[in-house]
Amino acid sequence: MTVGQFATIADLRTALRSGTTSAVELAREHLDRIARSELNSFVTVCEDDALATAREADEQIAREGQSGLLGVPIAHKDVFCTAGVRTTCGSRMLAEFVPPYDATVVTKLRDAGAVMLGKTNMDEFAMGSSNENSYFGPVANPWDATRVPGGSSGGSAAAVAAGLVPAATATDTGGSIRQPAALCGVSGLKPTYGRVSRYGMVAFASSLDQGGPMARSALDLRLLLRHMEGHDPLDSTSADIGPTPRDAHRRGLRIGVPREYGRDLDARLAATVDDAAAVFEGLGHRRLDISLPHTGYATAAYYVVASAEASTNLSRYDGVRYGHRAESPADLDDLYARSRSEGFGAEVKRRVLTGTYALSIGYYDAYYRKAQRLRRLVRQDFLDAFAAVDLILAPATPSTAFEKGALLVPDETKDPTVMYEQDIYTVPVSLAGLPALSIPCGNVDGLPVGMQLIAPHFGEDRLLALAESFQRETDWHQRTPAI
Amino acid sequence: MSDWESVIGLEVHVQLKTRSKIFSGAPTAFGAPPNTQACAVDLALPGVLPVLNAEAVRMAIVFGLAVEGEIAERCRFDRKSYFYPDLPKGYQISQLDEPIVSGGHLDIETGDGAVRRIHLTRAHLEEDAGKSLHEDYRGRTGIDLNRAGTPLLEVVSEPELTSPAEAGRYFRTLHTLVRTLGICDGNLNEGSMRCDANVSVRPRGSLVLGERTEIKNMNSFRFLDKALAFEIERQIDVLESGGSVERQTLLYDAERDETRPMRGKELSDDYRYFPDPDLLPVVVTQSMLAEARATIPELPAAKRRRYVDQLGLSDYDARWLTVDPDTAAYFDAAATACGQPKATANWVMGDVAAAVRREDAAWTDVPVPAAQLGKLIERIEDGAISGKIAKSLFKTLWDDGGDVDELIDSQGLRQVSDSAEIAAIVRQVIDANPAQVEQVRSGKTRVLGFLVGQALKASGGKANPRQVSELLQEALSGDI
Repeated sequence: MTVGQFATIADLRTALRSGTTSAVELAREHLDRIARSELNSFVTVCEDDALATAREADEQIAREGQSGLLGVPIAHKDVFCTAGVRTTCGSRMLAEFVPPYDATVVTKLRDAGAVMLGKTNMDEFAMGSSNENSYFGPVANPWDATRVPGGSSGGSAAAVAAGLVPAATATDTGGSIRQPAALCGVSGLKPTYGRVSRYGMVAFASSLDQGGPMARSALDLRLLLRHMEGHDPLDSTSADIGPTPRDAHRRGLRIGVPREYGRDLDARLAATVDDAAAVFEGLGHRRLDISLPHTGYATAAYYVVASAEASTNLSRYDGVRYGHRAESPADLDDLYARSRSEGFGAEVKRRVLTGTYALSIGYYDAYYRKAQRLRRLVRQDFLDAFAAVDLILAPATPSTAFEKGALLVPDETKDPTVMYEQDIYTVPVSLAGLPALSIPCGNVDGLPVGMQLIAPHFGEDRLLALAESFQRETDWHQRTPAI
Repeated sequence: MSDWESVIGLEVHVQLKTRSKIFSGAPTAFGAPPNTQACAVDLALPGVLPVLNAEAVRMAIVFGLAVEGEIAERCRFDRKSYFYPDLPKGYQISQLDEPIVSGGHLDIETGDGAVRRIHLTRAHLEEDAGKSLHEDYRGRTGIDLNRAGTPLLEVVSEPELTSPAEAGRYFRTLHTLVRTLGICDGNLNEGSMRCDANVSVRPRGSLVLGERTEIKNMNSFRFLDKALAFEIERQIDVLESGGSVERQTLLYDAERDETRPMRGKELSDDYRYFPDPDLLPVVVTQSMLAEARATIPELPAAKRRRYVDQLGLSDYDARWLTVDPDTAAYFDAAATACGQPKATANWVMGDVAAAVRREDAAWTDVPVPAAQLGKLIERIEDGAISGKIAKSLFKTLWDDGGDVDELIDSQGLRQVSDSAEIAAIVRQVIDANPAQVEQVRSGKTRVLGFLVGQALKASGGKANPRQVSELLQEALSGDI
């Protein structure tokens, strides 16, 4: 029997338990949908491996019953290293790169029984907000193929939204989980920095990168997080704390709505956030206006810090040991210059140059050091706010999904920061290292709208509990594109 | 006397002898086939992360305590960016302005036996790079990343050294110290200690420092001396011919025995340091300090003082024995075993050292255990064996092993001090050599030595020579 195309993981587990479907059947159905899809949301599909894993899952289900994610098909963003399966990071530089190891997240999800169907498309090295920066071509938004799915986890968001997989991993550096989740109408969680191991996740900006799940409900996010989180001795910055505990404080919460976040917002999107606040008030929570005064500096600070870290993280791609290597280099300089010029796309080059500049002697104080100071101020804003409120409710994006090409920078005549402004609501949270999720809360002109919920550090349970209660009251998360 | 004086500061990269690398679990052993000791982290594959080796931190703390420097309660690592093929990440993880050790000093002996205190600026942890192999790989350069990620403690001195000889003494003192502390194997020919020097010259008595040059990559006492002497002379020549010294970085090429300006790629004007976001700040707790302090052995200077003051050794012997901590350890064990420090020193510096040199043995691995040497010395002192027998017994012990007392018994080496037995031998010698006896009697006392020799020979070397001589003289005079 076929389970619905837009079934949640919870639905699939029920079906696997009752025997109405099998892991192999689920893998086949989803692989079939992936093969027929024209969204370009996958870079690599692992049909044989997936079916073999699914068969093992079925045997285990027959022996021990279904548990965890056993038999559940998922996809990994192509930023996570997968042993024996090429990991491109959306770049020509790594187009042929096959890692000899799995990312910790990949290992954990496999251990939980998940069946990996393939690797999803993304902006090159996770740099972008539209998925148009991929060497493997742009991804279409399932709600409107002329529009972008957001980025950088656009492939994962589009795949979940289109029912190609019930869930996918993603990463968020400045909004790369929350923004595409919002633009594609799915649920996405960016955990607290340190909650999920970064080992084996190709680095963009080390102090900001955080892996997390995308799925069709907050309930599914909770299940996925449980199988992704945890201290990892291979990642010094992973937090040595236990699993996400159940937060007893769930009723009568004080929900802060930052006044700075409304300024650039389309009125119709602003209305959806107000509606969501009303739903929460109906559930017995209180809405409070709050201020995060340094919000306006966040995007600039973010692009300096993230680019500085990226400029060094990407130095390893030099054509010497692996990755793209220029043909017949004249000398060492030529090898470096051409391998990197040919291997990296325009946006990556722009950020490497920006970051290199910001760290240079004579500019370090003016850019990098100042950006770090702003980062501390942005973080302090949140810490101050959380003295008075339990959670923060905010828009996820300034607009719904925009047209492909609308914000791209084809030449020097356009300002790249227009695209960067896509991240104005997500970047402050990243700078502060806070957990936040984005869930659907409305629809404008046939396109989904997402809202953000932000919690104090390691407050994922409270976030998820509130999102779950919202999804019990509303059906925005159950709306699907016409496919 | 020259009108110029030189000012030298040294930066010594001390390879810490941790089992695994500073940021990965790959082994650090020297000499493995290329790239067999480089894991994903050392290769800088995408997505890998550094994890700090606690043992490297402990060793840095031990060093800091030993030189009486200040151990930072909190320090951090920075990324130092430059492109080079043997630097896999395109940056080196180092410590810029928060080193783990600040200050401290190293006391070096000057030529005339006095001590000069050389202050240290700092000592910081960092990772080593790999090696570029410029042998011909079909016209290409080979890269060996076995060494990439080996922990280094970079020890930086103040520019207080005034001559190549003094720089050499500083380097040797540091060499002895890190080996005594057990944090570096000190194998210079394997690159375990590599030295960069900042060198400038100025008119004697001037307080202003001249423009300096930096010489990189000197890995032996001899190279350091030659390179510094060469560079100081070069700078003086430049200045005396009216020119000015240009700030530059020179590479010492040991194979060609020359210094030459480094190529641009190995240098950068701007390393774009910034804190490494992959690593948390290092916090040094009181208990870490206490633990490290407890592992510090007797330091070379203290050992030397003890040898002179308590064991009564000469200054020369004390210095000789303490240059190498393994030699000192062998000496200590043997001297403790027999309670005869002076005799032990003579043996260690004499027969043992000669055999070690001849057989190219390690002091940690001398085939004659220190306890056996001690016993051997005891048997000489208590008259059981003669010095001559002891020497041959030592050779037996070295070659075949065994126990001193058992060998003395089984090979019948015990010195004969029985007067009757010796008298009988003396009688035999007198009877067998009438001509020589006649010569002695006629006043040619030189020939007495010949007769003593014959008697000792007849005893198999076991007769006490003094007794033989006395009895011979008695016998010959009695016969008159």
